[in-house]
Amino acid sequence: MGTLQSSPAPAEYCDLSEKTGFSFEQIAVLHKRFKQLSHDEDVLRRDHFSEIPDLASNPIRAEITEAFFDQRNFSKNGKGKVEEIGFEEFLVVMSHFRPPSQHMTNEQRENVRKEKLRFLFNMHDTDNDGTITLEEYRHVVEELLSRSGALEIETAKSIADAAMLEVASISVGHMEPDEFYEGITFDHFLKLLAGFEIDSKMSIRFLNMDTITLCK
Amino acid sequence: MAVLGPGPARFWSGFTMVLLLLTGSSRTRDVLTGHNDTWREPSTATQEDHDPDPHNGTNSANHRKAFPVLAFNYGHVRKPFEISLWILLALLMKLGFHIIPRVSNIVPESCVLIFVGLLVGGVIKAMKEKAPVLDSKLFFLYLLPPIILDAGYFLPIRAFTENMGTILVFAVVGTLWNAFFIGGMMFAVCQIEAAQVSHVDLLSCLLFGSIISAVDPVAVLAVFEEIHINELLHILVFGESLLNDAVTVVLYHLFEEFSHAGTVTAGDAFLGVVSFFVVSLGGILAGIIYGVLGAFTSRFTSHSRVIEPLFVFLYSYMAYLSAEVFHLSGIMSLIACGVIMRPYVEANISHKSYTTIKYFLKMWSSVSETLIFIFLGVSTVEGPHNWNWIFVIFTLILCLLSRVLGVVGLTFIINKFRIVKLTKKDQFIVAYGGLRGAIAFSLGFLLTDNEMKHMFLTAIITVIFFTVFVQGMTIRPLVELLAVKRKKESKGSINEEIHTQFLDHLLTGIEDICGHYGHHHWKDKLNRFNKTYVKKWLIAGERYNEPQLISFYNKLEMKQALMLMESGSAAKLPAVSAQKIQPQREAAPQRTIPRIPKTREAEIRKILRANLQKAGQKLRSYSRHDLFMDPFEDDVTEFRFRRQRVEMERRMSHYLTVPAKRQETPSVRKVWFEPEHKVYTYDDSESPGGGAVQLKPRPSDTSLLDESPKSTDRSPTPQSEDQSERQKPSRCLSDPGPNEDEEGSSFFLS
Repeated sequence: MGTLQSSPAPAEYCDLSEKTGFSFEQIAVLHKRFKQLSHDEDVLRRDHFSEIPDLASNPIRAEITEAFFDQRNFSKNGKGKVEEIGFEEFLVVMSHFRPPSQHMTNEQRENVRKEKLRFLFNMHDTDNDGTITLEEYRHVVEELLSRSGALEIETAKSIADAAMLEVASISVGHMEPDEFYEGITFDHFLKLLAGFEIDSKMSIRFLNMDTITLCK
Repeated sequence: MAVLGPGPARFWSGFTMVLLLLTGSSRTRDVLTGHNDTWREPSTATQEDHDPDPHNGTNSANHRKAFPVLAFNYGHVRKPFEISLWILLALLMKLGFHIIPRVSNIVPESCVLIFVGLLVGGVIKAMKEKAPVLDSKLFFLYLLPPIILDAGYFLPIRAFTENMGTILVFAVVGTLWNAFFIGGMMFAVCQIEAAQVSHVDLLSCLLFGSIISAVDPVAVLAVFEEIHINELLHILVFGESLLNDAVTVVLYHLFEEFSHAGTVTAGDAFLGVVSFFVVSLGGILAGIIYGVLGAFTSRFTSHSRVIEPLFVFLYSYMAYLSAEVFHLSGIMSLIACGVIMRPYVEANISHKSYTTIKYFLKMWSSVSETLIFIFLGVSTVEGPHNWNWIFVIFTLILCLLSRVLGVVGLTFIINKFRIVKLTKKDQFIVAYGGLRGAIAFSLGFLLTDNEMKHMFLTAIITVIFFTVFVQGMTIRPLVELLAVKRKKESKGSINEEIHTQFLDHLLTGIEDICGHYGHHHWKDKLNRFNKTYVKKWLIAGERYNEPQLISFYNKLEMKQALMLMESGSAAKLPAVSAQKIQPQREAAPQRTIPRIPKTREAEIRKILRANLQKAGQKLRSYSRHDLFMDPFEDDVTEFRFRRQRVEMERRMSHYLTVPAKRQETPSVRKVWFEPEHKVYTYDDSESPGGGAVQLKPRPSDTSLLDESPKSTDRSPTPQSEDQSERQKPSRCLSDPGPNEDEEGSSFFLS
């Protein structure tokens, strides 16, 4: 599934493809979708996302939408949020969901894992301070439970608490009696989900085309 | 046996007694004609270290009509007696197998059992008796269903559905390839002059091929369970062995019909293909119908808890039998029934019933499996054999060859569609794990009696022996040699559960954004459909709203509490024992829990016991909520539980702070938010949030808290924790459940 195409690829696809790792076909398909979502404009805004009907019944749609506008997901040092994104940012966010290719070194695989976990971390850490506090985690659990009838705050709290407790004991282990656990840092997060096989779980099959890119 | 201690030695002598009793009893079949006969002959045949017949003596006087003080009437109970004796033998063997540790490390259980069967068969044959053979009816109607039901009910749904495509390809295409390859090549082999089997025609060969080609779930289960291989491989091989039943059924009946008819037309072949779809889909449909019926019935069983497990068993068995009536695939029907029924039934039934179901299924399947292997051994010694060197050797070689080729070829195609590719190691294990078993034997047994049948049976038995013995024994060292990934220790981590759910929603969202109707999209739709329509009908009360995360959390908490309870004795601190069980979780809090002086404990216990008794008097009706409350139950467990919970709260309170926010003060009473989980506890009455009444146990709780050097100002949330945790045990906890919990998170509940 290489890069045989009927029409020559625009030059910008080349850059994008190198940056994100998608093949030209995939980029073309995603571009079409981008245009569809943005009603042929050049940028996507949040209200475009809220127009997607299927997304409306998703309990974490707010987080998903925010993830697209979060500059931390665009580049390593980004901070803050933007109001509108272009196609390139759209692609970069999408590239977090590419399945791992078979021929990767262990180091590359580790990097991919870190990236994906970073994406998840950013989704949880809404105030950009680098840790997931108890409140933020509680918010996550509440959202997850929000679609299921009555919002049971107490249970959400206790679940979140138990989860934090678990993280604490996994990452910090032995704690002094007067210490308390600030929040989940990215390292703790990595350790927590170490056995989770995130690289295969966090992938969309549709984007699973072998990306042999040939730039002109 | 010299190296065994007194225990095993005693065991073995007891076992030989049973063995001889067994052979003796089968011997008496021809000897006895009725009652009141003396039973002399078997006692002379058997060893003299026991006297099987305590009833001799007074029977010999036939002339005087004296009142028989002791009478002997064996014929009356012969059949159940023998059946029980056989089962007892099987179980003693299983026991013996585990007493000798060295054996169990090298040889899988199935091998030992077959070996024992051979021994018993040999003994019986030496006494020139007719041994019970693995009758097909017995096998298919009584021995196989429990194993399949056990497998289907506890099938890890998530893994299964994620790999469904791969499994189906292996099951259908793989089995077809095997059948035709083996059948065709055997026909070629049969043409060899030296074999003297040129009378075997193509159709018979194909029939033979279809019998021998199917991977057997019983054998796979028996071997794979012991090697603890990673979930993916396990579900691949096992799922394949389950789903290929449809193919086997169709091919078998097809070729059997044709071998009588003699010729095959294209129309027949087409009908065969249609029949395949009918058989598999029909079987699944039958299973679904019965599954829904079972789930629906379980909705109303809240008033008669003791018969709940029976519904599960009977509906499943009916599903199997109904499918067999129409020659549909009984196995697929059974699997479908179990899979469909499980999430709803589990939401409806009490914890006790759930444990009962689990244990009964495990027990029955274990007994069945043991019996199957023993009978296989016995039948081997017994059955009429027709050994034909070339036929058998070639069958063996071709089986292995076709399996390897099939797996490699199919994986090559499948890997193009998989995200997680199958490596060479995986392929090897999948190919090597293609064991044949008793199903092949029974199908062969069903053939019409002729010379070919005996030859086929011999070959089948040889292949079974080879796969079970050679492959079964060597797979474990091979797995270790190849460093295949082992089964992950199930942690039941709440974080992983949260993130699994989170990822599900995230990926669904991304798919929606992409506009791609993929895997997650449909899964999500199915879940929503399930929630809005199906659950309302099939789950009793308000429970259908309960999201999976909450039920998972409840189960987790309950499990941990049970484990704590089990391990801790009355005087010991919970933390110490918890450390042993859950080192990962409890390592931190260990040093923070203070000792409670024993007198204090006794006081607390007295207070709680008093409350418990008071409550026990109030509540008369037997409802799900009060399984907890049975005054005849051990009430020591009650407050041990509460004590654990208090400890847990305290531990939690150390680590979780809500900085500067102290909304929940100890005096705030939250409303019981899950009405059906309302635990009518020792102090409570019907009213939700009956604040005044609850005050009774409060002093003991708060006093416990006061005792700790860590003051209570560190605990913003103990009360709410307490309440929320109090919800958990409502689903009863009378017996400590098994520690290893195989339930995979179902993707039906969300």
